Amino acid sequence: MLKEIERVGLPIVHICTVVPISLTVGANRIVPAIAIPHPLGDPSLNAEEEKGLRRKLVEKALNALTVEVDEQTVFED
Amino acid sequence: MSKYKVVHYINQFFAGIGGEEKANIPPEMRDGVVGPGMALAAAFEADMEIVATIICGDSYYAENMENAEAEILEMVKSKSPDMFIAGPAFNAGRYGTACGAICKAVKDNLGIPVLTGMYVENPGADIFKKDLFIVETKNSAADMRKAIPKMAALAIKMAKGEELGSPSEENYIERGVRRNIFREKRGAERAVEMLVAKVNNKPFVTEYPMPVFDHVAPAAALKDLKKAKIAVVTSGGIVPKGNPDHIESSSASKYGKYDLTGFDYLTDETHETAHGGYDPCYANSNPNRVLPVDVLRDLEKEGVIGELHKYFYTTVGNGTSVGNAVKFSKEYAQELLADGVDGVIMTST
Repeated sequence: MLKEIERVGLPIVHICTVVPISLTVGANRIVPAIAIPHPLGDPSLNAEEEKGLRRKLVEKALNALTVEVDEQTVFED
Repeated sequence: MSKYKVVHYINQFFAGIGGEEKANIPPEMRDGVVGPGMALAAAFEADMEIVATIICGDSYYAENMENAEAEILEMVKSKSPDMFIAGPAFNAGRYGTACGAICKAVKDNLGIPVLTGMYVENPGADIFKKDLFIVETKNSAADMRKAIPKMAALAIKMAKGEELGSPSEENYIERGVRRNIFREKRGAERAVEMLVAKVNNKPFVTEYPMPVFDHVAPAAALKDLKKAKIAVVTSGGIVPKGNPDHIESSSASKYGKYDLTGFDYLTDETHETAHGGYDPCYANSNPNRVLPVDVLRDLEKEGVIGELHKYFYTTVGNGTSVGNAVKFSKEYAQELLADGVDGVIMTST
């Protein structure tokens, strides 16, 4: 799905937990997520902390969209 | 002659421990056969025996790859087997990836033959087919009865160190390895025959298939996030409560396009997940954990991004065929473009 969107010229960032799968399917900008059933959350945190964590991931993803890449890139911390 | 000793790897589902709610269990080892190992052992007859079965939750493996691999390697080592077999995983993505990864780790570290089985579209097949022998199965466990004898036959040959035939003879997924063989007719003659068949629209089989590279070059980066219209899409199955379009929990045949107007965040009363391939309780109680609308709205208000696109697109990425996924996204990519979207966030579970 990522590739079809990128093919029309839109930059796309993949927030996902299983990075090897993302690399295999051909995502070019990848942000590793927290866990499979809650990629952008952590139920062990309180609501405020959890939202903070989610915000960090989304900010990282948005930042990835502003970075030129010429090959598949995993945006770690 | 003593039997070849096999250690078998399966997930929590095939061990009968549970479904997604048990996908977090750490690795454990049991003596003898468990689940599909029974059929494998029967198919081995007198040649090999399964001395132990290692069971690990699919999510546990995917989320703790290095630790899980180290733990499982130790377990395998403790049994000093002659061979290691994982799966078959059919079209289960996390399971297939785990089977491939642990087989490769065992092969690299212990130097014994390893074998797994999966559907050709399983992401694990793509990742590991060059490294491993992967018996090709159909896409669901309904194929177990046919998959097991194929795996057993290949496993026996591998354990005995016999020479293996071509992928189609031995039922494994093509690894891209070429081997020199002697043919009756010389190359020029075969090439001309192929050409004649081609111009006459008759069937022929190439001796050198061209590799398919389908990587799309990265799109240009956003110049100014503050002015950008950002869309969010997901394969995590987030839908309005009640799943109005009945998107299937696996092997989805459709996608949904839903309006986010008026939503500052998602709640368990407005949205849920239709995905049947992971424990849904976390996404159902707080759908923002999969589709981060709450944070994107905050960022929109604060002016960090120009705008959150009015619609989100969603489907269930659980055994969904590559063909369908391509079709869905081709359609909505055009819509995103027409709606003036500048960049896209995709989330996957």
